[in-house]
Amino acid sequence: MRARLALLLEGLGIAVLFASFLASGGKYVLAGAALALIAGAGLLGALRARRERANFWLWYASLLVYAFLYIPLVIVVIFSFNDSKLNAEWVGFTTGWYGRLFADEAMLQAALNSVLIACAAAAIATVLGTMAGIAMHRFRPRILPFLVFTPVAMPEILLGVSLLIFFLNAAQPLLGAVGIEFGLGLATVVIAHVTFCIGFVAIIVRARLAGMDESVFEAARDLGASPWQTFRLVTLPLILPGVVAGALMAFTMSIDDFVITFFASGVGTRTLPLQIYTMIKVAVTPEVNAISALLMALTLGLIVLASKLAPDLMRAGAE
Amino acid sequence: MAPRSQRTLKWLVGGPPFLFLVVFFLLPALIMVVASFRYPGEFGGLAPLLPARPGEESGLTAESYTVFFGDRVYAEIFAKSFGVAALTTLVCLVMAYPVALLIARSPKRHRDLMVLLVVLPFASNFLVRVYAWMIILGPFDLLFSRFAVIVGMVYVNLPFMILPLYTNLEKHDPALLDAAQDLGAGAWQRFWRVTFPLSLPGMFSGAALVFIPVLGMFAIPEILGGKDDWIVGNMIKESFLGTRDWPFGSMLSLMLTVAVLAVAGATSWLAGRSLRRA
Repeated sequence: MRARLALLLEGLGIAVLFASFLASGGKYVLAGAALALIAGAGLLGALRARRERANFWLWYASLLVYAFLYIPLVIVVIFSFNDSKLNAEWVGFTTGWYGRLFADEAMLQAALNSVLIACAAAAIATVLGTMAGIAMHRFRPRILPFLVFTPVAMPEILLGVSLLIFFLNAAQPLLGAVGIEFGLGLATVVIAHVTFCIGFVAIIVRARLAGMDESVFEAARDLGASPWQTFRLVTLPLILPGVVAGALMAFTMSIDDFVITFFASGVGTRTLPLQIYTMIKVAVTPEVNAISALLMALTLGLIVLASKLAPDLMRAGAE
Repeated sequence: MAPRSQRTLKWLVGGPPFLFLVVFFLLPALIMVVASFRYPGEFGGLAPLLPARPGEESGLTAESYTVFFGDRVYAEIFAKSFGVAALTTLVCLVMAYPVALLIARSPKRHRDLMVLLVVLPFASNFLVRVYAWMIILGPFDLLFSRFAVIVGMVYVNLPFMILPLYTNLEKHDPALLDAAQDLGAGAWQRFWRVTFPLSLPGMFSGAALVFIPVLGMFAIPEILGGKDDWIVGNMIKESFLGTRDWPFGSMLSLMLTVAVLAVAGATSWLAGRSLRRA
């Protein structure tokens, strides 16, 4: 029982810590009280019966970590409704920052670009990623997995700068020589996004195939189905949830990407993350909070949808 | 099916993604290797390989490498980057362990939700997560410091430590702990002598997932840190978009690649070794 009380105390401490921030950009008195509560919870836990102590500390620490994960985001969302130009003190409720967002031409253009790029990148990456996933499952190639997974595993900046050099120093002069004008823009961003999105789709599709009974495909072949028929009538319907989850994942990754877009986009093409980056660097207003909150809601919905479609997705992602 | 048509099928299915990635991943990487040996262009970028005008610098050179190895500044920035990455990894590990352990020991029906709660903050944009700490640390005068950089790095990378650790811990056989208890081991002993050593492979794969991306980050030091906190990622970004010395930037990117490969190799070797021991 005392463990419950201690955890309650800890939760209260976290809540006060949170409130201290909203009260006025981190009131030290309140923050101190919060830390006292959290420490008190620890003390109470330390006095507990020996047998359950390990379990208590596990809960105690985990609660703090979960709070660490969520409080910053909650603060961003709350201040998006704050009637003040500063993210420092709660003044009053307003939806004005959202209104300004929808009146901001540059922001709307960036949003449109983001959606266009994400749709195109997700569509291409889903087709190529599904093919890669099937090929890796069925034929166990040696080089393909390396090509598919390295862009996901390496620091994004490396992919970004190598594509920048490639687009401007190889693709542009080569295509220019045959009379095609080519520069950084929507197309280059889409290509760059496809490069790392293929991996996400392929992982999910392969995981889905791995969990399947091979005899289904053999049966189809024995019954005289051509490879194409087997794919269209057997394989595709079976892996479809994985394919859709992969497409949603690719869409999310694309619309969220900052680093690779930053290098592949050139000056003219702005996406939402690039717009946020500029705003953070130039002038921080709650308009950033508002666009952040909207983007959060969008990607949140997509991730939940994807995980509903493919529950093994999280696991596949973790491994 | 005849092996020949089997091969055709293989290329029909695997060929398109293979070709796409060769052109847009492998080829750019190789071009970058060559670029690191070229001269910087007059107005930034790269100088031509073949001289277009007499007197113009062209062809190949190892100058970027000479500069890099000739000045201690660069080695120091690499060392600092490794320090930041190591500290981030360590903090992530300390924070991730209790959460991963708690999830692994919770009833099965709660686990998926608890994992989802770890992943959900990822639904927010990377920059939003960094921006959140700008708002929080600002009033406490903690912004633009090494501390803020580490907080940001930990915040952005924490789930990458929790997930592999959890996947590992979940597979442990509870019978092992029961056996240890029957043999008289206390809670601490059970943890340090059974759970902890068995979780080493999970820790190493988590460490790789955190350590590697940190090295290449530029936005977090730029937004949350001071000029002193620049790491390799910032130098690369600056070479490409600031000074526009592409050969130097390419060389730095290659150095980063080498560092990344070394870290990946080391962690997978350590994970393999701890797996055999356990």
